[in-house]
Amino acid sequence: MYHYDEYDRALVFERVAQFRDQVQRFMGGELSEEEFLPLRLQNGLYLQKHAYMLRVAIPYGTLGANQLRTLARIAREFDRGYGHFTTRQNIQFNWIELAQVPDILAILAEVEMHAIQTSGNCVRNITTEAFAGVAADELMDPRPLAEILRQWSTINPEFLYLPRKFKIAICSAEQDRAAIMMHDIGLYLYRDPNGEMLLRVMVGGGLGRTPILGLQIREGLPWQHLLSYVEAILRVYNRHGRRDNKYKARIKILVKALGIDAFAHEVEQEWQHIKDGPAQLTDAEYQRVANAFVPPSYQTLSDTDLDFGTRLVMDAAFARWVARNVQPHKVPGYASVVLSTKPGPAAPPGDLTDIQMDAVADWAEIFGFGEIRIAHEQNLILPDVRKRDLYALWARACEQGLGTANIGLLTDIIACPGGDFCALANAKSIPIAQAIQQRFDDLDYLHDIGDVSLNISGCMNACGHHHIGNIGILGVDKNGSEWYQVTLGGAQGKDSALGKVIGPSFSAAQIPDVIEQIVATFTDYRESDELFVDTVQRIGLEPFKERVYAKAEGEAA
Amino acid sequence: MNNLIRLVDGQAQLLSDDPWTLVREIEDELPTGPLILPLAHWREGHGIWLSPDDEVESLELRLGELSLIAIDFPSFRDGRGYSQAYLLRTRLGWQGELRAIGDVLRDQLSHMRQCGFDSFAVREDKSAEDALKGLAGMSVLYGRSAIEPRPLFRRR
Repeated sequence: MYHYDEYDRALVFERVAQFRDQVQRFMGGELSEEEFLPLRLQNGLYLQKHAYMLRVAIPYGTLGANQLRTLARIAREFDRGYGHFTTRQNIQFNWIELAQVPDILAILAEVEMHAIQTSGNCVRNITTEAFAGVAADELMDPRPLAEILRQWSTINPEFLYLPRKFKIAICSAEQDRAAIMMHDIGLYLYRDPNGEMLLRVMVGGGLGRTPILGLQIREGLPWQHLLSYVEAILRVYNRHGRRDNKYKARIKILVKALGIDAFAHEVEQEWQHIKDGPAQLTDAEYQRVANAFVPPSYQTLSDTDLDFGTRLVMDAAFARWVARNVQPHKVPGYASVVLSTKPGPAAPPGDLTDIQMDAVADWAEIFGFGEIRIAHEQNLILPDVRKRDLYALWARACEQGLGTANIGLLTDIIACPGGDFCALANAKSIPIAQAIQQRFDDLDYLHDIGDVSLNISGCMNACGHHHIGNIGILGVDKNGSEWYQVTLGGAQGKDSALGKVIGPSFSAAQIPDVIEQIVATFTDYRESDELFVDTVQRIGLEPFKERVYAKAEGEAA
Repeated sequence: MNNLIRLVDGQAQLLSDDPWTLVREIEDELPTGPLILPLAHWREGHGIWLSPDDEVESLELRLGELSLIAIDFPSFRDGRGYSQAYLLRTRLGWQGELRAIGDVLRDQLSHMRQCGFDSFAVREDKSAEDALKGLAGMSVLYGRSAIEPRPLFRRR
């Protein structure tokens, strides 16, 4: 893990002092609501329906056990005993007192964490995939460059008042598990035949009101130019992005308006001025940061473990969990474990109690090297577990309600906090997720259905990434009541696709039936072990529409 | 203009006898003395102010004739002025006074300073003396600035 040096530490503590002063001036009436707003947003503080919400960054999803314990402490002492892990590798606390925020930020600073730029019209938390550094299909560890980007973008004075929020993600594996195509800048890191690190730069992706997948703006960018190239994109955007309409202010709209070629030309011209300047990254800096991510001291193990093999045969429930929740590791004898935060109606997707957080921190130390990862699918990962320890870990995870064997299945629902908390939401998300989870509570059936991603957003802002769910559910407002629009065929990864709307929206009460009809259509048309998303692609929307709307009409009549 | 902070040799001073008059809109009769004029109405011997829509590159050939450039922040949340200032300093080589005007507030002053501004016409309903406290900002800047062209990784 990266550890702060004196500069990093000075920055977060000075930032806490600065914000403490700003909070005091706001509470004392010196700062107006309007003046305070961007200051608090850039410190992660939103005003929600019922209270302030604090969003804390988990840069590129990597957490140490002591950091997770600190998050548990904040949940316990300053909130109502739980936190919500988001789709962008952040954690949100929903019931925060404004006056206590500086103290919370000071506690976070002690463990090298912050909430800087987790909101506001600035560069947000840099994200990557949850299996960075351990995935079997990884080309190289994306975290050193992610950390370098984190530092560069933190309180970068030129880019704090952009037209709109700006999200950057980086990944470096065969599979794209970081949703690169839906970021303002998405970076694929790879090596050329000579071993040089290069970047493929995607730009203009994003969901929200106008969902667009990113377009390639550059191939083969040498890594030394990462910062200057990102700077060039940001400068073109800062100067020319629209500011007259919040819904047309993301970079994707600028890219679309100019066309990718003209936009690329602008960036290239800007970049020519700065590309060989002092922003060019040095080997020394890369090494300094990369040294923080050296692999831990793995034991030399056989890739097969006798005890683990026996357990697999003897215990079907364990085997099912292993099949869904355990990922291959690049080191023999090890695996990565996904702890599901989606047990069903018992807890909203992404929520963990302080007790669960403390438990996960303990397991990270007992069964790993003290590290935890946060996935954008809102689950937690223990990246380095010996196969021989999987059974013991599974047993503990089950006791804590974190052992549900549903990763990638229909009930592994990605959902925003929705209308229960969020001031922007048109509709609730959590009760919809819970109603679906309740309907599909038969694990055998879920495993038969196989991989299906189901994403729920409570409004157009698409925090639940509904456009890229195989099944997407979007909360909409119709004359003051809550309705839900359903899309099919969305996908993330290298074959990213945006889902298509199947027709008129549904009431909350209809949704479990609708999902059931969709799944039944799939199982009727499915060929052998075909994946849901492939069936949708092959047969199109019609068969789904027919069945869903025939049923809905039948009920109405 | 009054309510002004100016950096002279790196030291901040509060000015109450600034000779410049900001002319936001051209009337039939212009005030006397040195004026800060809109880009389209600039005339020799006066300063100029840029709106966020103005391209700084358009000043390139005129820089030698200018004695002051101001950049307007119609709202403190409009960040185009930061890029304009940074480019004027680092690309166009402007060495004269660079003044932030408009919605200029304490909590953005350090960012403005780092982007190359050296004078700050603090919004009139706010105390310039109070705004001085916002000038220093953080002791750490990771990236580059108009003041320090080397990013931190070349210095740490």
